Amino acid sequence: MNAEMILFFIFGAVSLIGAISVISFRHPIYSALSLIVTFFSQAGLFVLLGAHFVAAVQVIVYAGAIMVLFLFVIMLLNLGTLSAKGVLTGKLKGIAIVLAILFAAEGIYIAVNALKGDTAVASAQAATEPITTEYIGELLFSKYLLPFEVTSLILLAALIGVIVLVKRENTTEN
Amino acid sequence: MSLEYYLILSALLFTIGVIGVLVRRNAIIIFMCIELMLNAANLAFVAISRNLGTAEGQLFVFFVMAVAAAEVAIGLAIIVSVFKHRETINVDEVNSLKG
Repeated sequence: MNAEMILFFIFGAVSLIGAISVISFRHPIYSALSLIVTFFSQAGLFVLLGAHFVAAVQVIVYAGAIMVLFLFVIMLLNLGTLSAKGVLTGKLKGIAIVLAILFAAEGIYIAVNALKGDTAVASAQAATEPITTEYIGELLFSKYLLPFEVTSLILLAALIGVIVLVKRENTTEN
Repeated sequence: MSLEYYLILSALLFTIGVIGVLVRRNAIIIFMCIELMLNAANLAFVAISRNLGTAEGQLFVFFVMAVAAAEVAIGLAIIVSVFKHRETINVDEVNSLKG
């Protein structure tokens, strides 16, 4: 068992524990904080995979921007008192969990079996040097320039959409 | 370190997200579970990208993150305006499109 494997199991266990905490805590604030734990350990996994750029973006965008937005909305709406009845109960919950376990079994089956016999996938490993941030930047501004620009359009649309949503609220109230 | 471990972890994280969406009734926690699923997909992308030795997987992760950021901003704005109208964000009680 080498160092990479030990780190993988540590980060994997922490991210799984964080994910389970997200869905089991009653109060949304605790869920949000658990989600931050999951995001950070996933950033660790990205570093293990040699994806340093993705790890940095994960911490900055997910653990930074998105989770601040979540926490801000939770605190703005003051949801602590409302979340008592926030969980499905009885037969429906059982059905949901059985379906989810089937889904997990399916996913693991695919992960283990889909790549068997695919020698191209197995042999390509370790054939190349690690992917640097510089190389990603080059790709982003040459081969994938159009998707990159479309992404900026998506962000602009989101910006305008949020402003419209909030503004309409104000005009109807006044 | 083989690809299967990362894909299994990704499948487990995705399933936890699915359980959250199915079981929880709080719209904000459902949103967090959607983020969890997007992250599980990102992990699979990066793992396969490393395995193939190409950078495309990491680029897709970048785009997924941009879309997720936009989605969270709009979704939370919708949740805030629903809360202003209804005083609740329980998805079982918010079951009508009419404000």
